[in-house]
Amino acid sequence: MSNVFTQLLSREARLLFRRPAELLNPLVFFAIVVALFPLAVGPESKLLETLSPGLVWVAALLAVLLSLDGLFRSDFEDGSLEQWVLSPHPLPLLVLAKVLAHWLFSGLALVLLAPLLALMLGLPARCLPVLLLSLLLGTPILSLLGAVGAALTVGLKRGGLLLALLILPLYIPVLILGSGALQAALQGLPAVGQLLWLASLTALAVTLTPFAIAAGLTISVGE
Amino acid sequence: MLFERLDFALHAGEMLQIAGPNGSGKTSLLRLLAGLMQPTEGEIRLAGKPLAEQRGELTRNLLWVGHAAGIKGLLSPEENLAWLCALHTPESREAIWRALEAVGLRGFEDVPCHTLSAGQQRRVALARLYLDAPPLWVLDEPFTALDKHGVAQLEEHLARHCEQGGMVVLTTHHSLTRKPAGYRELDLAQAGSTADE
Repeated sequence: MSNVFTQLLSREARLLFRRPAELLNPLVFFAIVVALFPLAVGPESKLLETLSPGLVWVAALLAVLLSLDGLFRSDFEDGSLEQWVLSPHPLPLLVLAKVLAHWLFSGLALVLLAPLLALMLGLPARCLPVLLLSLLLGTPILSLLGAVGAALTVGLKRGGLLLALLILPLYIPVLILGSGALQAALQGLPAVGQLLWLASLTALAVTLTPFAIAAGLTISVGE
Repeated sequence: MLFERLDFALHAGEMLQIAGPNGSGKTSLLRLLAGLMQPTEGEIRLAGKPLAEQRGELTRNLLWVGHAAGIKGLLSPEENLAWLCALHTPESREAIWRALEAVGLRGFEDVPCHTLSAGQQRRVALARLYLDAPPLWVLDEPFTALDKHGVAQLEEHLARHCEQGGMVVLTTHHSLTRKPAGYRELDLAQAGSTADE
């Protein structure tokens, strides 16, 4: 069973690295969205600094959402998902590996890129550990929740917008906690509370969403 | 409703060819049998018990090759097969190379599948039948895009599988020339009147 888990991880890694555009697009999107704000609101450093926690988090959230639209699409179209559903291995385990691979190669890159963009917005360097930690805990939740929506909309011709409408409301708690932690750090207050909440949500998402994703895929494949 | 009064059973050693015009529900019937779709009415049983309660038993014994066979264009035939086997029972590299040789893909083990022709891609999917395969094979249009020699070879392989106690359910428009002893045909166009047991 653990064998199939690692096999799936290496298969996903191969597929992603053979089509690197899928990896890079969300990152470029993230960088451009963040870079647009100083152009729109002006380069006053005080204002940007106050806004930066929210900006970085909203941009990261949209970038994750953008990358999730195609998460199951090619597997659905070439019949791979049928094989997954008919495998003796538990489907929740397989989808967990799939989402984990996706997060390792796109979510983690996003987390690593974020400090650079935050500094560009004028976020003080002392807030960077909280930024990194909040994104590290928050982006897996974004990926897992988004995968539930992606599983349900994979059979639809234009599922992209519907996915956003379904999933964005569910992202609100993560957004509040993540940017809240950063806001607190910016004001010199402890951010441990929000970070612990994020950590517990991550644990909850890792344990529960694979079942929802598997159910969504079974429905999509059965239509 | 797609089918009415459809009743048939499949035993070890038998091959069932599902025939019927386009749109008569051949693929839907196969998907129902494979447990990918649930029937709104009626029942499918596996070894006497309803299919829905037999999920584990079904997935251990079933090999499904659908119209889209789960072959990734970016992966090589070897990588594709290694993964498809890992979903059931992992196979060694040697076994996979032997299976690819059996379907005439020697020398293509390492090229990305999207550079192969449609017939060659179909052969990659069918190479699973030459590995340590489960007993029940459900194949949707397995002869599509295969050349004459490939068709004959596959017919022979399917017949031999049945003669060794396996089961094959397939849809195809082509009439088989090599039929095993347990061969039957189910024509969905007449299925309403000729119930099959």
